[in-house]
Amino acid sequence: MQMERALPHALINVRHPALARLAVVLIAAALAALPFALASVGTAWVRITNLAILYVLLSLGLNIVVGFAGLLDLGYIAFYAVGAYTYALLASPHFGLHLPFWVILPIGALVACFFGVLLGTPTLKLRGDYLAIVTLGFGEIVRIFLNNLSLPVNITNGAMGIARIDPFRFGSFSFATTQTVGGFTFSGPIKYYYLLLVVLLMVIVVNLRLQDSRIGRAWEAIREDEVAARAMGINTRNMKLLAFAMGASFGGIAGGMFSAIQGFISPESFVLVESVNILAMVVLGGMGNIFGVILGALLLSFVPEVLRYTVGPVQKAIFGRTLIDPEVIRMLLFGITLVAMMLFRPAGILPSALRKRELEGADRR
Amino acid sequence: MSGDDLLVASGVTKRFGGVQALSDVSFTIRHGEIYGLIGPNGAGKTSLFNVLTGIYPADAGTFTFAGQSLAGRKPHEVAACGIARTFQNIRLFANLSALENVMIGRHVRTHATVFGAVFRTARTRAEERAIAQRGYQLLEYVGVERRANHLARHLAYGDQRRLEIARALATEPRLLALDEPAAGMNATETAGLRALLERIRADGTTILLIEHDMKLVMSLCDRVLVLDYGRKIAEGPAASVQKDEKVIAAYLGGDIALDLGAHAT
Repeated sequence: MQMERALPHALINVRHPALARLAVVLIAAALAALPFALASVGTAWVRITNLAILYVLLSLGLNIVVGFAGLLDLGYIAFYAVGAYTYALLASPHFGLHLPFWVILPIGALVACFFGVLLGTPTLKLRGDYLAIVTLGFGEIVRIFLNNLSLPVNITNGAMGIARIDPFRFGSFSFATTQTVGGFTFSGPIKYYYLLLVVLLMVIVVNLRLQDSRIGRAWEAIREDEVAARAMGINTRNMKLLAFAMGASFGGIAGGMFSAIQGFISPESFVLVESVNILAMVVLGGMGNIFGVILGALLLSFVPEVLRYTVGPVQKAIFGRTLIDPEVIRMLLFGITLVAMMLFRPAGILPSALRKRELEGADRR
Repeated sequence: MSGDDLLVASGVTKRFGGVQALSDVSFTIRHGEIYGLIGPNGAGKTSLFNVLTGIYPADAGTFTFAGQSLAGRKPHEVAACGIARTFQNIRLFANLSALENVMIGRHVRTHATVFGAVFRTARTRAEERAIAQRGYQLLEYVGVERRANHLARHLAYGDQRRLEIARALATEPRLLALDEPAAGMNATETAGLRALLERIRADGTTILLIEHDMKLVMSLCDRVLVLDYGRKIAEGPAASVQKDEKVIAAYLGGDIALDLGAHAT
C-alpha cells in the first residue's frame, strides 16, 4: 500500500535515514562553526548574519499570513515594531523597568498578537489589492504613532528612539559581553547568533508542523478558494484571525530580539520599505515553501551586504579607480537581480520543489 | 413535518436588486431519496443552493434541516449541520493534491488545535492518520485514488468532478447537494457518475441534484422540483413532472407549448 507516501510529510520522508542523519550532523557542525569563521573575516559579518536570521524569522512569520493563508500583508513590519518597542519599554532606563527577557519576549509576542487581531478583524472581508492597501496603512499608522507618542505623555520618546536597551541576561550571564571559554572567544554577537539559531530552529519546527496539520490545510484552503473553504466547514473568520495572530507573534518575538541586539531602536527602523523587503524575501524564495522563504530571506539579506564590500574594490581592479558610487551601483545590481529572479523563476527560487518531487515520485510508481 | 423529512423549505424568497431569484419556494426532501432540481438557465437553481448553504441570506422563508432551522447560519455552520455541496463551475483547491483536498473536507469533523499541531500530541497524530486514511478511502470510493498525489488542477475534468464529490463526502454530510455534476461529461462518464450517485444513496446519504441532463435526472431522481423564473412550477415523481404542461412550456417557450397544446386538442 502506497498510503505512507501519499501523505504530505514530504520533509520527514527521507529515503536514506543514515545519510539524512549525517547531513544533519554536518549542517549542525557548520552552523556551530560559522560565527568563528565569520569573526575571522570581521565582526561586522557576525552582526550581518544575526540580522539575516532576524529577517528569516520575520519572513517565516509573514509566510504564515501571505504564503499559507494567502492574505497580502504590506504592513508586517508593524508587528516587528510592536515587539521591539514592547521590549525596549520594559527593559531600558526610559521607564526604569528592567524585566528579564524571558518575561518580555512572551509579552511582546502577545502584544503583537493582539495587534495582529486588531488588524485582522476589520479586514476579514478584504482580499488581494484591497487588503494590501489597508495593511499598508496599518503599518504606517503604527510607525507614525511611535514617532509621535512622546507628547503629552512621553511613551515612545518619539523620533529620538529609545537607547540603552538591556541586552539579554540570564542571572550574571549577559549576551552583550565577551567571554572566553576553553580558548574560544565568544563575543556578544556570537552569543546572540547561537540564541537566534535556537529560536530560528523552534520557529521552523512550529511552521513545518503547522503547515502539515489541520490548521495549515485550512489556511491553504482559504488561500486557494475561500468560498469552497467555507462550504467545507472551515470557519474562515477564525482561521484568518489565527493566521494574522500567529504571524504577528513571530514578528513580535523577532522585534524583541532586534531591540536587545541593537540596544537602540527608533521608528526609522520600521518604515514601509522594510515591509516590502520582507514580502520580497517571501515571494522571491517561494511563497508557502518554508525552506524557499528561508533561502529568500538569507539571499536578500546577504546579497546587498556582499555587494557593499565588493563593488568598490572590483571597480578599482578593473578601471583603476571608482567610477560609480558603490552605494548606487549596489542598489542597481540588487534591483536587476530581483527583476531577473522574478522573470526566470516567477514562483520563487524553491516553488514548493519538495512537493513537486513528491508528485513526480507518485507518477512513477 | 414527518419523521421522514430531512430538509423542509418553506416560502424561501431571494431578490438581487430588481431580480427576483427565488419567490416563495417550498418543498420537502425525504431521507434517502435523490431529489432533482431542474429548470431552464436562470431559473434560480444555483441561487437556491447558495441560500440553502448560507452563502446568501434568504429575504424570507426558512430551511429546516433534520429538525433544526438553518436561518442565519453561516456556510461553515451549515456544513457542520450536515449539508455538503459541490459547485457548478468546479471549485477545488487547485494547487493542493487530490488527497489534501479531501483531507480538508475532514476539517469540520476533526478537532486538532494550534497547540496539538505544534506539539504533535498523541491525539493529534492519531487524528492526522485517521484523516489521511479516510481521505484515501474516499478517493478510492469515487475512483480517483491513483491521482491522490496529483495537484487538483492537473486532474482530468471528470476526475475533478469526482474529487469534488469526495471532498464533500469527507464532511460526512446527511444531504449531499450537487450542482450540475454531469455538466461537460460524455456518456460513459455520466454512466459512471450515475453509478456513483446510486452507491452514495445506497450508503445512506440523501442527494439533492441540480442537473440539465434530463436522461440522468429522469432515471436517477425519485422526485423532481421544477423552477422557472424563481418560482416552483411543478414537483413530484420524475415521470409525472415530465408530462406537466407548465414544465414543457418553461423548457420550450410558452408560445410553442401553447401551439403544441392547440395541435393536440
